[in-house]
Amino acid sequence: MSPKTADTHVALATGGLPEHIVEFIEQTRSLPHPESYLIAVMQLLQKHFGYLPAKTLDAVSQRMQIPSAKVTGVATFYHFFTFVPKGKHTISVCLGTACYVKGAGILVDRLKEMLDVEVGNTTKDSLFTLEVARCVGACALAPVVIVDDKVHANVRPDELIKILSKYGYKAK
Amino acid sequence: MAEKKQISLTIDDLAVKVPEGSTIMDAADTIGVQIPRLCYHPHLSILGACRVCLVEVEGLRNPVASCAYPVEEGMKVRTSSTLLRRLRRDVVELILDNHPQECQTCERNCNCELQKYAFELGIRDRLFQGERKRYKKDLSSPAVSRDLEKCILCGRCVRVCAEVQGVYNLSQHRRGFHIEVSPAHQGNMLNSVCVQCGQCANVCPTAAIVEHNDTEAVFAALADPAKHVVVQTAPSIRAAIGEGFGYEPGAPATGRMVTALRLMGFEKVFDTNFGADLTIVEEAHEFMRRLRNNDRLPLLTSCSPGWIKFLEHFYPELIPYASTCRSPMTMLSVLMKTVYAEKTGLDAKNIYVVAVMPCTAKKFEAKRPEHYTPFGAPYTDAVLTTRELIWMMKCYGMDFRHLQDSDFDNPLGVSTGAADIFGTTGGVMEAALRTAYEKITGKLCENLNFFEVRGVEGVKESAVMIDGKIINVAVSNGLQNAKNLLDKVARREKQYHLIEVMACVGGCIGGGGQPYPPPGMHIMDAGLLKMRAKALYTIDSQKKLRKSHENPYIIKLYEKFLGEPNGHRAHELLHTHYEPKFPRGIR
Repeated sequence: MSPKTADTHVALATGGLPEHIVEFIEQTRSLPHPESYLIAVMQLLQKHFGYLPAKTLDAVSQRMQIPSAKVTGVATFYHFFTFVPKGKHTISVCLGTACYVKGAGILVDRLKEMLDVEVGNTTKDSLFTLEVARCVGACALAPVVIVDDKVHANVRPDELIKILSKYGYKAK
Repeated sequence: MAEKKQISLTIDDLAVKVPEGSTIMDAADTIGVQIPRLCYHPHLSILGACRVCLVEVEGLRNPVASCAYPVEEGMKVRTSSTLLRRLRRDVVELILDNHPQECQTCERNCNCELQKYAFELGIRDRLFQGERKRYKKDLSSPAVSRDLEKCILCGRCVRVCAEVQGVYNLSQHRRGFHIEVSPAHQGNMLNSVCVQCGQCANVCPTAAIVEHNDTEAVFAALADPAKHVVVQTAPSIRAAIGEGFGYEPGAPATGRMVTALRLMGFEKVFDTNFGADLTIVEEAHEFMRRLRNNDRLPLLTSCSPGWIKFLEHFYPELIPYASTCRSPMTMLSVLMKTVYAEKTGLDAKNIYVVAVMPCTAKKFEAKRPEHYTPFGAPYTDAVLTTRELIWMMKCYGMDFRHLQDSDFDNPLGVSTGAADIFGTTGGVMEAALRTAYEKITGKLCENLNFFEVRGVEGVKESAVMIDGKIINVAVSNGLQNAKNLLDKVARREKQYHLIEVMACVGGCIGGGGQPYPPPGMHIMDAGLLKMRAKALYTIDSQKKLRKSHENPYIIKLYEKFLGEPNGHRAHELLHTHYEPKFPRGIR
C-alpha cells in the first residue's frame, strides 16, 4: 500500500469530514436526487477548511456514493473551488475594466513581486493568498484591492506596502 | 412485447422505415449510409459533442447532430451537401488545430478515426495552427498509457468506463481549453480504481489511450543470445489475429500464427490453453471441495485480471469467494520457470516468458508481486496484446496469408477443446462443468455442450443437475453486468454455486488488446463477437479431447510433478491470494 492510499484508508476510517458536513450529507439521503447536493457539500467543505483537501473529497465520494472521478471533475470545473490551503489573508485585486484602466494590472505585478507568488498561489509563510477578481461593482473607487473583507479604494502601487504591513507583511 | 411503431422517412431521397425512437444516424446505418461520427458509439449513451455527424433536415433552419436527433414521420433528411461537407470539414479541422501533427510516428497511424475523417472529409491543407495542449504522458500503469495531447474530448472512454464497466475511473476535469480526461484528482491510471481492462483504449478514436508498449522489451529479449525466449498465446488470440492481416473475424489462423511466432525467433511456442486445462482441473477440485463442505459458495472464477482488480476495489467483502487459482497465463508461466526449466536443464533465470493476450489487464497481472518467482523476477516477463503482436509480425515483414500451418510445441502446447472456449464468455463455466460433472458423479458427461451458458448476452443463468443436486450457475461479461449479479450475491437474494465473471463484453474475445474492428463493425459489436466466439466453439467441437482432465499431459504433470489437484505442491505453484485495494470503488 502506497502512502497515498494509506492516507485514504485513514480518511475513510475516520470519515475525514467535519461533523456538520456528515450531518448535512445524511439529511440529503431522504431527499430526491441526493447526489445533486454535491456542490453544496463542497461549498461547506471549502468554507470549513478554506480549500478542498483531497482526502475529504474522497470521503465525500464514499459517503455520498458518487464516483471520486466525478467529484473531482465537478470540483475542478468551478473556479470557486481551490485545492491548496489558503493563506491567513486573501488579497483580491479587481481587474474589472475600470480598475484595469486605472492601473490594477500594475498593482498585480507589484504584488507578485512583493510576495514572490503567482496569482492564485499562497506565500511560503502561508500569510497571504493572491487572487484577482472580475469587477467587484465598486468602479467609482477604482482601482480596488480587497484584503479579506476590507475594501481599499484608489490604491496606488506605492501604498501597497503600507496596506499589507497592517496584516503582518514585512518587506524583504 | 408489442412491436414498436414504425416511422417512415427519406434519407437522401431513399425511403426508410425504422422503429420509433431511432435516431437519424440509426436509420441511415440501415441503408448503408455511414454518416461520419467521432463521439458516437452504439453501446454508449448519446453525447452529441463532436458535431461531425451533422445532417440537414427539411424545414429546420440549422443542421442537426444525427446521432442525437430522433426520426419523425415524413422527415426528409439530407446527409451530404456542399454546406455539410464544409461544416464537417471545419469541425475536424478545428480538432486538428490543437492536435499533434505527428500521424506518421503515432501508435494509431493508419488505424485512427480522426486521421480517417481528416482524409475522407478532404482536409488537404492546414490553414491554422492553434494553441497546442501540453501534457506529460501518463505511463504510470503497466497496462494502459494516456497521452492527453491526442485527446479530442469525445468522452467515449469516460462513458465505456462508467456505463459498460461500472468503474467510473475517468471524468472530464477543469473547463474550456483546459479540459482533460483523467482519473480522480487528475491522478494517474495506476493509483486509481482503474481495473486496467483497456476498454477505454478500445473505444478511443485516436491514440490518447493505448496499451502500454512492451514490444521493445520483447525485441530486446529475442535478440539476447543469453535468453531462452518462449511464448504462449491465449485462446482468444487465434480467433482474432487474422483480422490484422485482412481475414474475416473468426477465420482460422492458429497454424499460421504458430509458424509466424517461430519465424520471429521464439524457441518454443506454447499454448495458454494448457494453462487453461490446468486451471479447470484445479478450479473444479476447489469447487467440489467447497460444494462438499458447503463452504464459501458461490465460487467466483479468477481468470480475468480486470475482474480480479475490480473485485479488490469494489467488492472486497467477496474476496473469500474468489477461486484462488492463478490465471491460465500465470499457471503456464509458472510451469515454464519450474517444471520446464527442470526438464530441459535450463536455468529459470534465463528463461524469458512472453505471453500474447487479448488483454491489457494481463500486463498488470504479470507485474503483481504475487506472481513473482522466489528469485525476484516475474513469472511472465512480458505481455503483448493481440494488436502488439500483429504489429511486430508486420515489422518483421511477415506475409501472414502465405505462411504454412504448424503445431504448438509439446507438451505445454497440447490442450483440450475445453480450453479453447476459455476465450469467450461462458467458456470457463462450460469447461468447469464438463470436468466437475464427471469428477463429482464419477459418470461420463455425455452432453458436453452446455448451450445455456453460451451466447454474448450480458448475464446468463442456468441450473445444472449434478448428482441429484441443483447447481445454480451464472455467467456475466462487462463489469456493470457483474455488479448487478454480485449485488444479488451480496444481498443473498439467490444461492448461486458457481459464477464466471469476465471483465470485458463478450469475454476475452472482446478484450482491451484485441484488434480494432474492421470497417462497418465496432467494439462490443455482437456480430463481431459472435464470429470470434464461433471460431473457438468450432475448434472445440472438432477436438477429440474436450474435457480438461482428459488432457494426457495434464494427467502426467500431476503424476510426475504436482501430486494431487489442490494438493500441497499444486497450491504452492498454482494458487494465489487477493487483498482489498484502495481507493475503494463506488458500486
